[in-house]
Amino acid sequence: MPTLYDILTLLPELYLVAAVCLILLLDAFMKPAQRPQLHWISIAVLLVAIYLVVAGQPEQTATAFNGMFVRDHVAEILKVFALGITAVVFVYARPYMIDRKLFGGEFYALMIFAALGVMVMVSAGNLVTIYLGLALLSLSSYALVALNRDARLPPEAAIKYFVLSALASGMLLYGMSMVYGASGMGGTPTLDLAQLHGVMAYTTAPKLLLLGLIFMLVGIGFELGVAPFHMWLPDVYHGAPTPVTTFIGAVSKLAAFGLAWRLLEVGMGDLSHYWQPMLAALATASLVIGNLVAIVQTNFKRMMAYSTISHMGYVLLGLSAATPEGYSAALFYVICYALMSAAAFGVMLVLARAGFECEEISDFKGLNQKAPWMAFLMLLAMFSLAGVPPLFGFWAKVLVLEAAIHADMLWLAIVGVVTAFIGLYYYLYVIKVMYFDAPEEGAVVEVKTDTSLRVVLSVNALALLALGLYWGPLLAWCQRAFGV
Amino acid sequence: MFNHLLSLLIWLPIVGAVPVLLAGSARPMLARWLALLITIATFVISLWLLRYDPEGSVMQLQETHVWISTWGVHFTLAVDGISVALILMTTFVGILVIAGAWKVIQNRPHQYMACMLLLEGLLIGVFCATDALVFYAFFEAVLIPMYILIGMWGGPRRVYATLKLFIYTFTGSVFMLIALLYLYQKAHTFDLATLAALPLTMKEQAWLFFGFLIAFAIKVPMVPVHTWLPDAHVEAPTGGSVWLAAVMLKIGTYGMVRFILPITPDAGAHFAWIVIVLSLVAIVYIGYVALVQEDMKKLVAYSSVAHMGFVTLGIFMAFMLVREGGNTDMASLGMQGAMVQMISHGFVSGAMFTCIGVMYDRTHTRQIKDYGGVINMMPWFGLFYVLFAMANCGLPGTSGFVGEFMVILASFSASPWIALFATFTLIIGAGYTLWLVKRVLWGPVTTEHVKHMTPMTPRETWVLIGFAVAVLAIGVWPQPLIHLMDSSVAHLVQQLAVHKI
Repeated sequence: MPTLYDILTLLPELYLVAAVCLILLLDAFMKPAQRPQLHWISIAVLLVAIYLVVAGQPEQTATAFNGMFVRDHVAEILKVFALGITAVVFVYARPYMIDRKLFGGEFYALMIFAALGVMVMVSAGNLVTIYLGLALLSLSSYALVALNRDARLPPEAAIKYFVLSALASGMLLYGMSMVYGASGMGGTPTLDLAQLHGVMAYTTAPKLLLLGLIFMLVGIGFELGVAPFHMWLPDVYHGAPTPVTTFIGAVSKLAAFGLAWRLLEVGMGDLSHYWQPMLAALATASLVIGNLVAIVQTNFKRMMAYSTISHMGYVLLGLSAATPEGYSAALFYVICYALMSAAAFGVMLVLARAGFECEEISDFKGLNQKAPWMAFLMLLAMFSLAGVPPLFGFWAKVLVLEAAIHADMLWLAIVGVVTAFIGLYYYLYVIKVMYFDAPEEGAVVEVKTDTSLRVVLSVNALALLALGLYWGPLLAWCQRAFGV
Repeated sequence: MFNHLLSLLIWLPIVGAVPVLLAGSARPMLARWLALLITIATFVISLWLLRYDPEGSVMQLQETHVWISTWGVHFTLAVDGISVALILMTTFVGILVIAGAWKVIQNRPHQYMACMLLLEGLLIGVFCATDALVFYAFFEAVLIPMYILIGMWGGPRRVYATLKLFIYTFTGSVFMLIALLYLYQKAHTFDLATLAALPLTMKEQAWLFFGFLIAFAIKVPMVPVHTWLPDAHVEAPTGGSVWLAAVMLKIGTYGMVRFILPITPDAGAHFAWIVIVLSLVAIVYIGYVALVQEDMKKLVAYSSVAHMGFVTLGIFMAFMLVREGGNTDMASLGMQGAMVQMISHGFVSGAMFTCIGVMYDRTHTRQIKDYGGVINMMPWFGLFYVLFAMANCGLPGTSGFVGEFMVILASFSASPWIALFATFTLIIGAGYTLWLVKRVLWGPVTTEHVKHMTPMTPRETWVLIGFAVAVLAIGVWPQPLIHLMDSSVAHLVQQLAVHKI
């Protein structure tokens, strides 16, 4: 029987389930004229959820349902940013969705369901909970990608996403079953992550355990979108409606970090000397492939997809250090990345209008002449992604590089910096297009007049500058979560 | 105010860029006046730096603000004599650059002025940071306004030039970042004074040395990584060229003085010959390259590379003199000469680029063959042009002479061969500069371009007077400048004499 303590620990998630059901009901029964109110209701729902997460956060790690669910500081940070950025995506999405006649309750409900999946996943204390959260996130994401079902690209992207993602979850599950089996050989079988930590010491089938680890790594690699498991990313980024791309680019990466940390450190921490080199190899592949292929992209969304691949390589740089400093650096990086990509896509959404996606890099030509403020915000996002001080992205890179050097992986850090200046080119190219090129003849630039959108976007992009000038508190928060 | 003087100097232009931007393209005159007022205010405030006491402790006007406590990074600022001289040069050039661009920049002047102010603040930051991470942040951030500056207001191949500049310099700096992070592992701090005292093995020092050297050599720039500079100079607007030549190149040599000398003295001594050889190649070979240029800006750009060769020569010769001969006096002299050369080159090259800008604004060509007989149309301009050309080839009485002479004098003690090659500059430098003057200024008016040249405006005259005063003052009476930097140079020579293994 669940106790009151269990319920209280799970309160933010339970509240969100109830709230989503309410949103669905409201969507069905509201008068059409009042339906736009759903937007503000959904944002309020998310803000209340953030409040519940922060206010109810126990000082010590709390577990519920016999360790199935863990509520610690890592989960707290990830949830706060996942919910916050989901709310930001709502603000960015509204004019876009209205223009394309996609505005409706199902968008909000699916997004909140996906965010709920993220919350469950990052709080998982058990292999089953991880899968539960992942399934909730993935299923909602498939539907979200295909939301614009009459267009050509979205269904295609959704099918690709679904097939590859199903394969990857299959791998993950298969790996989990092996790990479960290995834990049963020579002891009591267990799915609990904390108990899995230490199976290596007694199991009579260590090779099975390691094989399971490899399969799980494939699943993690897919969720993070690191090479060579990255093939889905460009197509999904390109095909999905831009707000959904923003969500997948920002929030899903937070979730994937949570997944990787829970599985690798909490569950398999004692095998770190096995998975460290594998992560280092994945990191190298992502950094090289992501940065090189991004150079030749002409579509902004596809470029951002390859840029994501390279950035996830940096996250792996921190993870593969397998130290609390490394994890906190990786968490810092993934938060930073979420904010940067949200800002970049936000500018795209501000400029998009009915029949015009603003998704080609050439669509930004001469933006500085037509809309200097938006060009400036994009400039901040691009310099931050490129890792130029004093912007936020630079400090995140410094932290993961430092973690890698600290873990005696100087060569990996050098790969990191060498690929950083390869990557520099395509970010600078976007700035070049915006600032140095003249706008095309007859090109119309229409900046959305939605006040909330403009304000939130400005805050988002300026945060990259502000956090770049003063990143101490955020780092301290991340470090405390891992007990540095 | 004196407790936060350096912070004020850094942030006044940077924060001042915001109202200039807000003035917008609708009110260009307001943007210009605001920018000018801010640079003048910065210069006036920077005059307080003259309170620096050369007899006192080396680092003065210290400021420490806790920045990132969990990482032990402090926002620490302080200046020694060398920084004071460089900051004063920066704030002075800042005014001239803004005034020089007054009418020339008609396309989005507010953004141009804001870029200028940002550059000024960031460069001042480079010269007063005493925490390696803070230094690095300023050092790299300088690229952002520079990238925009050349890309937006540059010539026809501006995009190529500005991308090349950014990628070249960024590439070098990331290796420095790795070196700094490695040092952080050992010392758990980025404080430069602590890093200077950190014992390091020869192998570590060698790696760190090359990490730093790549970063700074590209910025200086030294042969063979100098190729970005002619491109950037040719395409940059006049103001951009002036900043680039006058101040930005100096942050490379300044970085060497701040990082390589104190942190890796043993590796520095061991590998000094590499830098010395490259410096001599720059002085001699790049001098010849300058001789054949057909574009005035390219010529001056190559002559900048050659002159910066003197600075690197002076700095690294000190290793040879101290480590091999124990000749501290001569080492100080050479180092002193290098520092004077930095300041002098800042004014001379800035002035040369301004002169070229003045002609370019009238004719819209930088090809030497399009000129000839300019003196007939612009006599007063000719006066200034000849003065700066003389300074460029190191005529006594101008600032160009002082530094080069000191370096050559010191190099004789190190090795007559070095002195021989270094002295070549007097011939080659005179060759390309005087030939340039001959082809541009003298002779009859032969081309259409020159026929329509108009005399200088008062604004242009005042800008050139500003440069001329600086060039002559240092040339005629260099003692205050040398005295200002004396104890700092002595301290540097001490630092490079320390064995850290």
